[in-house]
Amino acid sequence: MKKHNFLHKHQKTLAPLLSLVLIILVTASITPGFLSLRIVDGHLFGSLLDILHRATPTALVALGMAVVIGTRGIDLSVGAVIAISGAVTAVLTVNTDFPVWLVILCALGTGIICGLWNGILVSVFNIQPIVATLILMVAGRGIAQMITEGQIVTFHSDVLDAIGNGYFLAFPIRVWIAIGMIALTVLVMRKTALGLFIEAVGANVRASRLVGIEARLLVLSAYVFSGFCAAMSGIILAADIRGADANNAGLWLELDAILAVVLAGASLAGGRIYLLLTIVGVLIIQTLTTAILTSGLPAQYNLVVKATIILAVLLIQSPKTRQWLSGIFLKNKNAGSAGKASTDKGSTRA
Amino acid sequence: MSQLVNETLMVKETVEAAQSAVRPLLEIKYLSKSFTGVQALNDVSLQIQQGEIRALLGENGAGKSTLIKVLTGVYPRDGGEILLDGSLISASDSGHAQRLGISTVYQEVNLIPTMSVMENLTLQHQEKTFGLISWKKAEVRARELLAQVGLDIDPLRQLDTYSIAIQQLVAIARALSTQAKMLILDEPTASLDSDEIKQLFDLMARLKSEGLGIIFVTHFLDQVYSITDSITVLRNGECIGTFKTAELSRSDLVSHMVGKSLEDLAPTAHDHSIKRERTELLQLNNVGKQRYLQPLNLSIAAGEIVGVAGLLGSGRTELCELAYGSVKPDQGDVTLGKHSLTKSSLRHAIQVGMGYCPEDRKQDGIVAELSVRENMILALQASKGWWSPISMAEQQKLVEEMIQRLAIKTPDMDKPIGELSGGNQQKVILARWLITHPALLILDEPTRGIDIGAHHEIIQIIKELCEQGMGLLVASSELEELVMFAHRVVVMKDHHKVSELHGDEVSEQAILRTIAS
Repeated sequence: MKKHNFLHKHQKTLAPLLSLVLIILVTASITPGFLSLRIVDGHLFGSLLDILHRATPTALVALGMAVVIGTRGIDLSVGAVIAISGAVTAVLTVNTDFPVWLVILCALGTGIICGLWNGILVSVFNIQPIVATLILMVAGRGIAQMITEGQIVTFHSDVLDAIGNGYFLAFPIRVWIAIGMIALTVLVMRKTALGLFIEAVGANVRASRLVGIEARLLVLSAYVFSGFCAAMSGIILAADIRGADANNAGLWLELDAILAVVLAGASLAGGRIYLLLTIVGVLIIQTLTTAILTSGLPAQYNLVVKATIILAVLLIQSPKTRQWLSGIFLKNKNAGSAGKASTDKGSTRA
Repeated sequence: MSQLVNETLMVKETVEAAQSAVRPLLEIKYLSKSFTGVQALNDVSLQIQQGEIRALLGENGAGKSTLIKVLTGVYPRDGGEILLDGSLISASDSGHAQRLGISTVYQEVNLIPTMSVMENLTLQHQEKTFGLISWKKAEVRARELLAQVGLDIDPLRQLDTYSIAIQQLVAIARALSTQAKMLILDEPTASLDSDEIKQLFDLMARLKSEGLGIIFVTHFLDQVYSITDSITVLRNGECIGTFKTAELSRSDLVSHMVGKSLEDLAPTAHDHSIKRERTELLQLNNVGKQRYLQPLNLSIAAGEIVGVAGLLGSGRTELCELAYGSVKPDQGDVTLGKHSLTKSSLRHAIQVGMGYCPEDRKQDGIVAELSVRENMILALQASKGWWSPISMAEQQKLVEEMIQRLAIKTPDMDKPIGELSGGNQQKVILARWLITHPALLILDEPTRGIDIGAHHEIIQIIKELCEQGMGLLVASSELEELVMFAHRVVVMKDHHKVSELHGDEVSEQAILRTIAS
């Protein structure tokens, strides 16, 4: 009974985790060697590590997205911000003799400025978030192309190489960066009252105002944070390919990020932020992508298979399905116990 | 009481006798409607003649809006009959009701603000040529409809470029577009100024002379007496009676609405004096806001409970909002102790000792998704700022204390507040403010929609807080409870303060008399 309560209480948390484990297990059963890890030159290699490696840019973007969605907003511009920060990184590295730390700082700064732009449109001018961020989503790639003057700018820098593909303590450096950022965000959200305020504003802005929470600054900073995260992601993606591709860097990444937040069980109507589950959501998406690629399925099936599995996960999580499933479960249980009772009766009579 | 009832019956009989001479335009017989356990309408019967303006009056929850919604088919009825022009009708939705001849205009204009006046007027029925919309014919039709309500405006302009009053008239024009026989106006004057109200009344008088029957729902008694022919009073889902406006005195009307006669209310012995020395807390100095609340003065001392009485829509909530600062006045000063709060932020007001439990618990009070604990610490945490969090141990201690002290029934403090009962939600909101240790607490309808047990407990808490030296401003529609604890009662009417009753003057009788005067 106690176990049942535990399951019931953590149903929402368990659903994405179980989905991830299930997807990994199914993939492992059809792709031999999927779970194997080996150490070469002190570096871990294997499909699972590859998933972590590839998931970092999306994870960073999804982190910012989770916070923005918590305020009942959405940020469609993150893909474009990735392109801009990547372009800034590449162009500054090639055209100036700025030290690497300054280049990185400038790229992060552009992300913050982009976030400020979105935040001001949403919280000061009260433009609906989907429209406000759509502007930068469209214009951002144009800005990135202007920065790179329409070329794919390639560069060389040891530090950026390390960020893109280097290792530290057996794990890729970029994975460490993502872990650090996630830990820092969780810490700030849960150890200060910031998370509480953002959730309160997202769930009921009128009640929040009446207890003295100023929504405007909170919403603004959520977008700034999202811009910052996207910029980090942009630097990593540029460092990965040692170049800035204004047209394709981070293309459609905003949709993966939104999907990850939704997979974590958050509502687009705001109210609750699940940071760690969002990362689980990112891992689900990345595992699927990698699994399909390694499974030998013809490339043209990839997107449809991915969409189908994600739909299945979302359906499993929907309250309607859960109600329906628990309804069946209860009915069976009741029918079973009723049958048992009648046989008991029969036996006493006998 | 019995004398009054006799009088009521006599008036009712004479009205009914007069009505039976001609066939009524609208006849409602024994209409009933209940929602899960609540009898919203109980055997309500009434008749309306052609060319009659009928006021439909009653306090919150009396059943006015349920009656209108059943009449227009928004809610299905449980029992009873509706006859229009002698034939039985049964509307399936408000569009159907309109085709049958009953049109409704709501308080919140339910037109589409971003469309043109013409589009709004012809939305439900487009003029067509060869199956396509003919905008030329639509414009002609729109002008006809506007002329009918005496409006000469450009039908091609977007609706929201016109004032609320004009929009209201456009809504009436649309309501009349379908050969209406009955027009229901649900609080059409709530957001209009006096000139605009006159414009509306002129139109109503004209429609009346054309033989339309009008049901007029309002909270303003002055308007009832200046325009209506007769009055139907509802209370707790029952029809208390129908009266000729000219024959019903204001005090009788108010008695019918609140369910208490003046004779009924011999002053009961409540102690309304304050024992301690007076230290002024809240001071409102000529505070007002245009179209919101007439300027007024008010002061509240430590250990004093000031009640705010008045009918629905009289300005009770408006007074609370201005005092708290959630709506900023456009004139006058608000001070709390030695702090001027006229221009300060709500956070600052809370830091210097303000607290406010709003009337609409769902919209303005609780954050439904968050837990009991999070809801409770929200105000204290907001006043400290996000960077200095209250530790989890401290939170649990505060919340556990409050759950004990206010006897809040919840399985644990991490349950989402939306899943608690109304009374317990209210206690959590009260607790939210108590842990900020406010000097002055404003409570707007603290006992609305909660069960009797919790009702009693909350009144007990209010009294205790007062004894501990807190100042309280309590707005309530329940006179009985105000009289039980208030040292003074401010009486509101039509958005201004009409009187302030002190000490021994505070009685239900006196309050009713002031409201009716």
